[in-house]
Amino acid sequence: MIRFILLQNRQGKTRLAKYYIPLEDSEKHKLEYEVHRLVVNRDPKFTNFVEFRTHKVIYRRYAGLFFSMCVDITDNELVYLESIHLFVEILDHFFSNVCELDLVFNFHKVYLILDEFILAGELQETSKKAIIERMAELERQE
Amino acid sequence: MACKLREFVQRVRACKTAAEEREVIAKESAAIRTAFKDDNPKRHRNLLKLMFMHMLGYPTHFGQMECVKLIAGNSFPEKKIGYLGFMLLLDEKQELLMLVTNSIKNDFNNANQFIVGVALCAFANLCSAEMASDLAAEVSKLLQHSNPYVRKKAALCCVKIVRKVPDFGESLLRPAITLLSDKHHGVLISAIKLCIVLCQTNSTLLEQMRKETSNLVEILKNLLTSEYRAEYDCSGISDPLLQIEILRLLRLLGKADADSSDIMSDVLAQVMTNTDARKVPGSAILYECVQTVVHIEATKGLRVLAINVLGHFLSNNDNNIRYVALNMLVKIVALDLQAIQRHRSIVMECLKDADLSIKKRALDLVYALATEDNVKALTKELLEFLMNSSRDLKQDLTMKICSVIQKFASSKLWYIQNMIHLISEAGEFVKSDSLYMLIVIISNTPKLHGYTVRLLYNMVGKWKNQESFALIAIWCIGEYGEMLVNHAGELEIEDPMTITEHEVLDTLEDIAAKSKESINIRVFLLVALLKLSSRYDTCTERIKDMIENYKHSSTLEVQQRAVEFSAIILKYSSIRKVLADRIPALNETVYESKRADGAVAALGPTVRVASPPLFSENHITAPTICTKLSSTDSVNLLDLSIDKEASGQTLDGFSMLQDLLNMDTRSSSKSSPYTGISDIDKNFTEDSKEHPSTSFGNEQFLEMYSAQGPMFPSIVALQTNRLKVLFNFSKPTNNPEITMIHATYLNCSSDLCTDLMLQAAVPKFLLLKLDPASGNILLPNANGTITQCLTVTNTLHGQKPLMMRIRVTCKVNGQEIVEQAQVENFPSGV
Repeated sequence: MIRFILLQNRQGKTRLAKYYIPLEDSEKHKLEYEVHRLVVNRDPKFTNFVEFRTHKVIYRRYAGLFFSMCVDITDNELVYLESIHLFVEILDHFFSNVCELDLVFNFHKVYLILDEFILAGELQETSKKAIIERMAELERQE
Repeated sequence: MACKLREFVQRVRACKTAAEEREVIAKESAAIRTAFKDDNPKRHRNLLKLMFMHMLGYPTHFGQMECVKLIAGNSFPEKKIGYLGFMLLLDEKQELLMLVTNSIKNDFNNANQFIVGVALCAFANLCSAEMASDLAAEVSKLLQHSNPYVRKKAALCCVKIVRKVPDFGESLLRPAITLLSDKHHGVLISAIKLCIVLCQTNSTLLEQMRKETSNLVEILKNLLTSEYRAEYDCSGISDPLLQIEILRLLRLLGKADADSSDIMSDVLAQVMTNTDARKVPGSAILYECVQTVVHIEATKGLRVLAINVLGHFLSNNDNNIRYVALNMLVKIVALDLQAIQRHRSIVMECLKDADLSIKKRALDLVYALATEDNVKALTKELLEFLMNSSRDLKQDLTMKICSVIQKFASSKLWYIQNMIHLISEAGEFVKSDSLYMLIVIISNTPKLHGYTVRLLYNMVGKWKNQESFALIAIWCIGEYGEMLVNHAGELEIEDPMTITEHEVLDTLEDIAAKSKESINIRVFLLVALLKLSSRYDTCTERIKDMIENYKHSSTLEVQQRAVEFSAIILKYSSIRKVLADRIPALNETVYESKRADGAVAALGPTVRVASPPLFSENHITAPTICTKLSSTDSVNLLDLSIDKEASGQTLDGFSMLQDLLNMDTRSSSKSSPYTGISDIDKNFTEDSKEHPSTSFGNEQFLEMYSAQGPMFPSIVALQTNRLKVLFNFSKPTNNPEITMIHATYLNCSSDLCTDLMLQAAVPKFLLLKLDPASGNILLPNANGTITQCLTVTNTLHGQKPLMMRIRVTCKVNGQEIVEQAQVENFPSGV
């Protein structure tokens, strides 16, 4: 199960943080800081998996943005690697060529997309098309 | 006046300093507070701004009530933002949650599927145990909702409910199984997830779920053969994420169940043979499939197929894929060593990877793959690799090589060669007990003395500043130096070489010059020189000069040795030869038995006690000098602080020695006639208590001892059909209160006993001290014994007899066995 998902830029600013386990705010900030430190300086040739406390972090870097998922130690790393990619594809499609600023100004939409993709720490939908269509419908409801 | 969200974000981003940012936030917070007080229609816009502040880490608690109000509103946009804010600003621990439980419940029944959707989403994110109990019935109703979006969300909400309150599992099993026939992939993956969680929480549910195995296999088969569907296609593979989830569920179902394993075998083989591993999604499926095969009751053929899939992974260019393969292989090494062995060469290649996490795993795997058959080639490769390896890996690597060499050494020659190479390359990482063991083995192999010392001599020329290597080389040159010159014990594999005595001394000088800081090397060197002085007749003068040089050393210990040794050479040349004789072979038995236990690593501190000065912290003392002395003068000469009477007659000297050492003679581990004279420091007593003294030393000593004290018949303290414990007794002459009990354990059964341990209890007037046993493994059919010393002090000697209750615990075939007995038949007078 996914424990939390973080979207951070190289400077360590958190652009999105979704926790699927209850944590204190101070603990959240500490985690964000630690995860950023772990992933930001890793050699790009290295694996995208880092052990983190009793879990592991699967991360992927897209330009200046790091997408990190903290998952159970026994989980299939490659699945989450692929999930991150799928999520980025969805964002890219939704914002047509996504950049960091899109995520800053439309953070609430990013949360909505994520809620359509992952729920309660588990994958909910595997089809990019389904999520994009759902988002379009949600937008129409405004 | 409050502004739009976009403007607000821009304003915050425009701030150049943190102080400026705080000011903007504070102003906006105030504006929002005021806006909240009036019934402002822009409420949800303000809430979004609060969320943004929250993400930046500013306090936003005053917005929490607004979320509740928005959730209670009627329109979808309001509810959407309300729930979103609620999820972001609160978590499941907060009291406020109670306020929205009812709103969520109402929204579940709303006709608008979007409202049901956001409510389910909030529930999945925030559900506490209490909320789960309250709303479980409502959520499970939604599992049959006409809209697939609602169904899939409801299924994941059920996952959350079962995690919070496992008791709901049973009622959810039927609906979950019904969902498995859903055609919508989102619903399907959520339903499978729910099934997985149900199986994990409850074994009876798992049992019932097994009936669905063929159904699941069918779904997976359809995925594999289905026509191309763009929305689920992922680089040519049909919905990999769904496939993986099915494989995970199959893993649970097939585990320890032959029937369901059988049903899924075909489809697993199909997945493994047909999936394209070139891209990550394909690899992810294969990886999951391999895990499933490994966990279920798979046939051998299927397992080999799985291991070969991982073997292919190893030659993938993607580090991530190699990483998971190595990780997996390490875990399943025990499963099929032979099949994994075939991929060894690729694993060795992974050792050269740039990524440390890959290197470490590859090393673990290589280590696990070592067997008696491949150890020679493997050690050679690892040693070569060690030379070029980076420092961060070196320590781990060295310990692993060392362990492989010790574990699988088939001949002493091979062992010595490889240990020496290892130490010359990375001696700093080799543990001291391994070094000591090497010395013990060298000293016990007279046939290889010549070869060893010549090998060391050759290698010392390319010395890489490894102190431990220098110490071993110097020690061996000191002990076996004459063999460098006279070609003694030359092996066929050696190239004959001619070395002169002067060349040897040149080399020693060279090492000394290169290692200015090391006192240990210095002290070893002095002892070696003293020894060589009696063997190298042509260079006595030069050796004398070399020793003299150290008379001015600023290190006290070095200086003292130098003064003493030059005195020996100058004035006492008559005894020099005896004094500088080779030390007798070191006691090997203890180390052999430890090796059999595989407990070599735990040996550490023992070395300090039983060892000659090698590798102990204080190498200064030099017991390598033999003391078969008869002259009292020579002892004085060595300034050994042994009383004159104690010096000569080693046999009678024990009581003196005992006083001198201020300890129980029993614990003197080295009490052979060749007493290491100068090694007697105070630490000795303490250390020897903690560590098993050599059984050899004990027995010999006890024999000598009992010759002096009164004799007692031995008794059988415990006799069962499995174990027999014998007690032998002895008493020191000077103190009748003390009784030494020498316990011998025998295993009369035909099963191996391991982890043997004795516990003993005595009445209060007795003081009992248990020494460590000589081992903890008893071979069957009385083949071999363990001995242990017990010291009992009877404070009421003469008034009350000895009595004792003993309990022996051991493990036979993994089962704990306890035997106990009351020992009352002590011989009278003890």
